[in-house]
Amino acid sequence: MAATAQAQRKVPLGRRLSDLALPIFTAVLMIFLFAPIAVMIIFSFNDPAGRQNITWQGFTLRNYIDLWGRSQITTPMIVSLAIAALSTIVATAFGTMIALALTRYQFRGRGMTNLFIFIPMTAPEIILGASLLTLWVSFGVERGFFTILASHIMFCISFVVVTVRARLAGFNRSLEEAGMDLYANGWTTFWKVTFPIIFPGVLSAALLAFALSIDDYVITLFSAGSTVTFPLWVFGVSRLGIPPEVNVLGTLIFLLAVVFIVVQLGMQRRERRAAEARA
Amino acid sequence: MRSLGRRITPALLLLPGGAWLIAFFAIPMAFMLVISLQTGTFDTGYQLTWNFAIYPEVIAEYWDLYVRSFIFAILTTFITLAVGYPVAYFIAFRGGRFKNILLLLVILPFFVSFVIRTLNWRMILSDNGIVFGPLKDIGLLPPDFHFLATPASVVFGLTYNFLPFMILPLYVALEKIDRRLIEAATDLYASRATAFWRITFVLSLPGVFAGSLLVFIPAMGDFITAEVIGAGNPQVFMVGNIIQRKFLDSLDYPSASALAFVLVAAVMILIAIYARVVGSERLTS
Repeated sequence: MAATAQAQRKVPLGRRLSDLALPIFTAVLMIFLFAPIAVMIIFSFNDPAGRQNITWQGFTLRNYIDLWGRSQITTPMIVSLAIAALSTIVATAFGTMIALALTRYQFRGRGMTNLFIFIPMTAPEIILGASLLTLWVSFGVERGFFTILASHIMFCISFVVVTVRARLAGFNRSLEEAGMDLYANGWTTFWKVTFPIIFPGVLSAALLAFALSIDDYVITLFSAGSTVTFPLWVFGVSRLGIPPEVNVLGTLIFLLAVVFIVVQLGMQRRERRAAEARA
Repeated sequence: MRSLGRRITPALLLLPGGAWLIAFFAIPMAFMLVISLQTGTFDTGYQLTWNFAIYPEVIAEYWDLYVRSFIFAILTTFITLAVGYPVAYFIAFRGGRFKNILLLLVILPFFVSFVIRTLNWRMILSDNGIVFGPLKDIGLLPPDFHFLATPASVVFGLTYNFLPFMILPLYVALEKIDRRLIEAATDLYASRATAFWRITFVLSLPGVFAGSLLVFIPAMGDFITAEVIGAGNPQVFMVGNIIQRKFLDSLDYPSASALAFVLVAAVMILIAIYARVVGSERLTS
């Protein structure tokens, strides 16, 4: 009797332990993932004695107040934002068009096109950057804002194609046919029927392009010349230690991402509820 | 008329983006190949002399860097797989309604610029930083202990930076698995371990395949980690560091281009072997 009771208890106990192992491991990994973020946030409030922002000296909000209006900080920020905005617009338009062509039409060389779109995403960044440098050098193109822009549009296109294509895959063609039956021409059907349906996909593709562009260091480095983007500036000023203003800007970007994700989650939930209500 | 439209529309849709990719991805590759075959110096100018001898030269000179890059990248791939698999498994099978939140938490740190993240790791792991400083003070570590600038530190940094590229495809593959297959296995008296290795793991192999490529390829070409966490120590340099220096500091374009091409070729050969061994057709279909 006692033996069976023990056996009964023993199995769940072993199970319970192994059931605990996974969540604990996941929690530890999360701590690992967030460690540099936590340090970044904490040290953005540090009051360092010199440039060496390595040990905790004391709490201050000065780093957040001093930041604004210093052109050596704001200029790279503006350059990065401008490049990210422009490359997002162009890459999203071009990439969405390619995604439409790949999902809607049967044509010769479709497989090759798919492969060709896929390669820039998987190639090591240094290869993309270095080969672009050889292009600029060969043509004697002065490197700067526009060479960076061209390179960012290039590497964003593939990511846009993949993101929009995922949305188009589950698309119900009969809606478009209904539009056509009601004598809408192809153009009207696209803007009134197709585009509103794929819009969430296009939006997430655009956000991905923006995030990739504003964070890019490697490809930018090879096409920048004397132009300084935000990641290049960060790298340049942090040779010895990280100045507090780098952590301040990192913290602000992180906050922006969090706010943004919370809003998107809310939107998703609303969309799901609406879909459930309709069903 | 309509059939003509159907034939022309895809071409028109492909044209701007396709032309952009050809102009700024395919053509630059061709230029890099041509430049690798030039000789000369930056001051006197480079002429195309079809100098194929540069390839054996750079391979001989930088062979150990290719080997080191390979070792770092393969270690990173195995560690991210070993660490990422349990997490992806937990989220996919036991995440419940927190699945999306957990997945978001995995990628959230990566919304901060990777330059800033890597710089903060350098600070955390510095000789007298917030981790090793206290450990040295209480005598758990010798005072001259250092972690930065060691091979282990570079692999550590690579692992951190590429972990989500492993976790996400693993999660996608695990999430798709039909749970009834696992139930069937346990109903047939397979132990939990057997059911895992014979069913779950096998069905997640496409994720393992995709994840290991997504980690291995960029890790092989990385140079920032060795620059920052490796503290620019030439002893831990990867081939990317040499390519970057030759292109941007010494302006030795021909040998830099040759090094880059050898890297591309090496990566492609390794992927081909890997796909052969794993049988990518069986996995992706």
